[in-house]
Amino acid sequence: MLEYARWKYILVCLVLVAALLFALPNFFGEDPALQVVRKDRVAMDAAAQQQVAKFLGEHGVAYTSTFVDNGRLMVRFGSVASQLAARDAVNENLGGEYITALSFASRAPAWLGRMGLRPMPLGLDLRGGLHLLYQVDVNGAVGQLLESYEQDFRRVLGEKKLAFLDIVTITQGADIPNGVRVLLAPGTDADAVVAALKEVQSDLAIESLTLPSGPAVQAVLTPQQIRQRQDYAIQQNLTTLRNRVNELGVSEPIVQRQGFDRIIVQLPGVQNSADVKDILGKVATLEFRLVDTQGDLAQAVQSGRAPLGSKLYKDKDGRPVLLKRDLIVTGDQLTDAMTAATQDGPGVSVKLDARGGAQMLKTTQANLGKPMAVVFIEKSRQTVDVGGKKVEREVTDQRVISVATIRGVFSNQFQITGLTQTEARELALLLRAGSLAAPIFLAEERAIGPSLGAQNIEQGVMALIVGMLGVFAFMVIYYHVFGIVADLVLLANVLLLTALLSMMGAALSLPGIAGIILTVGMAVDANVLIYERIREELRIGVSPQAAIRAGFDKAFSAIADSNVTTLIAGIVLWVFGTGAIRGFAVVLSLGIATSMFTALMGSRALLTLMYGGRAKVGKLAIG
Amino acid sequence: MEFFHKQTNIAFMRTRKVWYALSIVMMVVSLGALVTRGLNLAIDFTGGVSVEAALPTAANVDAIRTQLEAAGFHEPQVGIFGSSREVAIRLPPDSSRSVAEIRAKVEAALLAVAPGAEVRNLAVVGPQVGDELRTSAIWALSFTLLLIFIYIAFRFHTWRLSAGAIVAVMHDPILVLGIFSISKTPFDLAVVAAILAVIGYSLNDTVVIFDRIRERFEHNRRLAPITVLDQAINQTLSRTIMTKVVTMIVVVALLFLGGPVLRGFSEALAIGILAGTYSSIYISSAIALDAGLTAEHVFPTVKKSAVDDLP
Repeated sequence: MLEYARWKYILVCLVLVAALLFALPNFFGEDPALQVVRKDRVAMDAAAQQQVAKFLGEHGVAYTSTFVDNGRLMVRFGSVASQLAARDAVNENLGGEYITALSFASRAPAWLGRMGLRPMPLGLDLRGGLHLLYQVDVNGAVGQLLESYEQDFRRVLGEKKLAFLDIVTITQGADIPNGVRVLLAPGTDADAVVAALKEVQSDLAIESLTLPSGPAVQAVLTPQQIRQRQDYAIQQNLTTLRNRVNELGVSEPIVQRQGFDRIIVQLPGVQNSADVKDILGKVATLEFRLVDTQGDLAQAVQSGRAPLGSKLYKDKDGRPVLLKRDLIVTGDQLTDAMTAATQDGPGVSVKLDARGGAQMLKTTQANLGKPMAVVFIEKSRQTVDVGGKKVEREVTDQRVISVATIRGVFSNQFQITGLTQTEARELALLLRAGSLAAPIFLAEERAIGPSLGAQNIEQGVMALIVGMLGVFAFMVIYYHVFGIVADLVLLANVLLLTALLSMMGAALSLPGIAGIILTVGMAVDANVLIYERIREELRIGVSPQAAIRAGFDKAFSAIADSNVTTLIAGIVLWVFGTGAIRGFAVVLSLGIATSMFTALMGSRALLTLMYGGRAKVGKLAIG
Repeated sequence: MEFFHKQTNIAFMRTRKVWYALSIVMMVVSLGALVTRGLNLAIDFTGGVSVEAALPTAANVDAIRTQLEAAGFHEPQVGIFGSSREVAIRLPPDSSRSVAEIRAKVEAALLAVAPGAEVRNLAVVGPQVGDELRTSAIWALSFTLLLIFIYIAFRFHTWRLSAGAIVAVMHDPILVLGIFSISKTPFDLAVVAAILAVIGYSLNDTVVIFDRIRERFEHNRRLAPITVLDQAINQTLSRTIMTKVVTMIVVVALLFLGGPVLRGFSEALAIGILAGTYSSIYISSAIALDAGLTAEHVFPTVKKSAVDDLP
């Protein structure tokens, strides 16, 4: 008699039923769909759903159904042609209200979706789309922090009427600037300055020292503070990029950190990259400054040196403008920005946070009737030739986009005017989506056309089917009935793998499909080890049932050992790989786990069912 | 069906000098090719531009090349792949321009020659990203070998078996790299993944044979080591061949049906699996034998007064 514990049968059954459920959504395929969201990001409701449906009906666009999913309206179509027609119609007529994106909707029944069961999303190489890898300039983020300290110090020293010569950034024991130094005139009381600075920046180590030029006070960031700032900048950039991607209205976008200072953006279905990259990569922020009306502009232009406390800027048309160094408000104090039609043409209506509002109130009260300027700051990276060596350098483009007289006292809500329609729209979008805490640069771009994606799927699936059929046929020829058992176990293995991948929500890529195919080939190995062992036992005259038992028992150590080695390779790939390679690693590693389970437990349960019950088995159909 | 109806009894170990020689020749040629010719690294590692485009008419390769040169690209490689209406363009890395700028220029040049061209695949990789990938690929390979070395040493107690396994495991990726170098097959990130998988699979065979060696020694520790090794290889031979045949079925399906993206990946797997089978049969055990492996190394005599229950 061959026996197998009842709980093991139950376990195998439960696992298979669960796997079937989780893998199920993948078998239904997808319809072309259109995702529609409101421009103001309010969730779509039944009324909006009806409005869009009615609109499509009126325009003679045939659609299959509509449904709301996570505040997004999805419209399902029978063909790509009507999907495209619908997009054009909605963009032309309802473009002011809604943003559309081409998408896919699973054909799986709605109850599966309600249970949270979804098909594996397809990677860019299978669907087509745009892959962008951004490099975050983390050192630029530290520079910005130092700049803000410098401004704080200037302000507090000014308020306390403590005289100083200059404030400079310094580099001390690091390869990037990491500190700020206040230079004082000889004989100044450095301790008073230290006390004043500590008031505004309590978490900085502020110390006084004596230089040949006189006393000085300096604050140097610790390595932890630098690291913290860099980390913060990347997190902030991730959030900003996510917001900007959402503004684009792409369906199922991926925005992810990669390594320490890189960010991946994947936009399925997007083909035209120029606009997208413009919006995503722009490091734009605003500063509000007072115009220096006392300074001598002509002399400043001639000498190239602005008077003390001022800085020379250029406006849109290249004319010089002299602005005060003191900042009123910066872009990160902004809470909302919207295009608005004003008396002076297109403009952007801006809202500030409480602190920004208070500062704006104070400034406008004191400077009624004086001009105020809005400075637009954009950073980019350019390569310049320095002594025959090409060096990448960050270039900051600062432009005064509007100078207007302060006509009234205002605080947290006001308008920027003097822009063209396009400028107003782009500025509002960039401001709304947040400013980037550190400049980013495109390090890699990959665009995969939709036709190539379709071709990749077709080839991948074809290879999978042919490979599996080949293996199935060969197993039956070689092992007869035991081969059929092995094939069933193999099918269960693919089912289990699909279920696990769907549960993880990992995107399926072409290397991922290759991993599944490879798993099919390798999963056979465990069965082969067992069956060969059973044949060996039979050859030396062991009874059939004892041979089955001995086969499983003796093959176990070889199966375990040989799988560990492949698992090591899979884990290393996962740790070092990115993107599609990581997908392959996940499939490879999971495939090892599932194949061990199905071969050791599933196959034993099945064989025990077939041969275990009988008191005596004449011959095993093992070929 | 059975590959071998009766238990085979091939004297694998007797001919080991021949296989050593063959392997040494293959290693020298592979390493020589790697040193002198290098690998045809894809833009994953070098940075640069790779474009695949479908054109409305037959491609004028020279015109596209001239147009790209006029746009300021050095040594553009333009070739036809698939049908005559599909072109592949490869440009070396260019750190003096931004990724966005390069893309725009390539597209403009292509459209100037062939209006209506559809860019099916475009990749622009900055030189820095490529450098980093190269470093991390080398790390991944070294790290896998190190971990496997530790695992083998832990699992088989004696350095003699570990040494055999490690030599066999190094043998296979070197051969794959050598063949890729000689045939100038593009070497991309997917090939690195395939090589790591090959390292795992190759060891898989070796481990199964070693497992059997341990079992044979346990069974009869008085047998000569050379006999035990031959027995172990013979007893696992039909499993080794069976598993490889099945794996090759799927790899061949991938190679012929998986499309150009997986070509290099499937080739590396196919070569690696064949090499892995050879090296685990002829190399790994042979090295352990010549390192002086005996039953004593696998099962040290326990200094106890317990009765030895050998027959």
